[in-house]
Amino acid sequence: MCLAVPAEVLALAGETATVSLGGIRKTISVALLDGVAVGDFVLVHVGYALARIDETEARNTLAAIADLREVSP
Amino acid sequence: MRHIDEYRDRDRAEILAAAIAREVRSGRMYRLMEFCGGHTHAIYRYGLQDLLPAKVKMVHGPGCPVCVLPTGRLDMAIRMARLPGVILCSYADMVRVPTADGDSLLKAKATGADVRMVYSTADALAIAEANPDRQVIFFAIGFETTAPATAQAVVTAAARGLRNFSVFVNHVLTPAAIGAILTAPESDAVRIDGLIGPSHVSVVIGTAPYTALAAAHRRPIVVAGFEPVDVLQAVLMLIRQCNEGRFMVENQYVRAVTAEGNRKAQAAMAEVFARRDGFVWRGLGWIADSALCLAPAYAGFDAEARFAVPYRPQPEAKACECPAILRGQKRPADCKLFARACTPQTPRGACMVSPEGACAAHYAYGRFRTVAA
Repeated sequence: MCLAVPAEVLALAGETATVSLGGIRKTISVALLDGVAVGDFVLVHVGYALARIDETEARNTLAAIADLREVSP
Repeated sequence: MRHIDEYRDRDRAEILAAAIAREVRSGRMYRLMEFCGGHTHAIYRYGLQDLLPAKVKMVHGPGCPVCVLPTGRLDMAIRMARLPGVILCSYADMVRVPTADGDSLLKAKATGADVRMVYSTADALAIAEANPDRQVIFFAIGFETTAPATAQAVVTAAARGLRNFSVFVNHVLTPAAIGAILTAPESDAVRIDGLIGPSHVSVVIGTAPYTALAAAHRRPIVVAGFEPVDVLQAVLMLIRQCNEGRFMVENQYVRAVTAEGNRKAQAAMAEVFARRDGFVWRGLGWIADSALCLAPAYAGFDAEARFAVPYRPQPEAKACECPAILRGQKRPADCKLFARACTPQTPRGACMVSPEGACAAHYAYGRFRTVAA
């Protein structure tokens, strides 16, 4: 029910956007999110974009995980 | 798929599992509740319990809005669907949920009611516009993730003067439910050392609402994304807090969640909704300040007011253990009906029907394993 999926914004027209969900195009609403740009990744839930994915924070998360790798002695 | 595959990566999962194994201390258990059904499913689907040391036990929580909706409210929706001339629009998750005597929206549809599954509230609005001589009722369920979409639909309906559109509001609130879980009396309580907070509720409300809960109940809360690597990283963060005696709110899902959340979505909710005094949750009973209704300015769109379909408390199916499972007190395999009378094809309770229900997860991924449910 609360699943939201990251989708790439391909085109914008007022309060709607065309996004690619793993290659499948869908028209969704961006009425609940300001400042969406083409090329952004947004989280889509029941046909509405709810958040932009922050690329820097995503990189930080993956880097933090990589730092946990133990180097074998 | 970008921003998904990286968090399903086996190598990263193993790095995190190794870190968790290094950091768990001997002589204690770590009982961690994943509040959200989406997390329950990720844990089952990716076999995360197998990657965790035996002293880390994941406990299912009640974060499944389909599962916690009392049968009496579903019964109202079914009766609305049967009213002459009504088109009842619903998210697909709800249509197969059974009442105690086996009724459902799908059964109502099979016997002539006009029930339509929609992906989005935008679809329900389009149906209302295309059918001006019919009453279109949208069955609005979900936590704070989904409430903004309903709010947006009501605002749009008001702007377009869609007088044949109404909503049956059953939105419930997460912080109140977390509070209820953490304050359950000792006899009922499941000892929980930490909580994995919901992903997309938090995208909307931010992490700020959990701060008071973590402090008041002295339990760490880590908001996590839905993918398996997210869950494992959150488990590591909780274990560290438990070891250090901290009880803070931390955010693992930093790529999507901020402290303040989505202000625009919150504003839409504040405009359209008011708080009910309280609401009955299956499994948790009546919780104060835990649900939404329409604000007075939008009362004209309230299906409960427009249609005379009063609430009738309904019993749950006999022997259905959904209530205890939602509280984390029992596991799906503890239910006598599990995988016998109750299967995904013939569900007896919401926990089996709902894509986020613990029973559905255990049936799909866990029931033949020797690991305890």
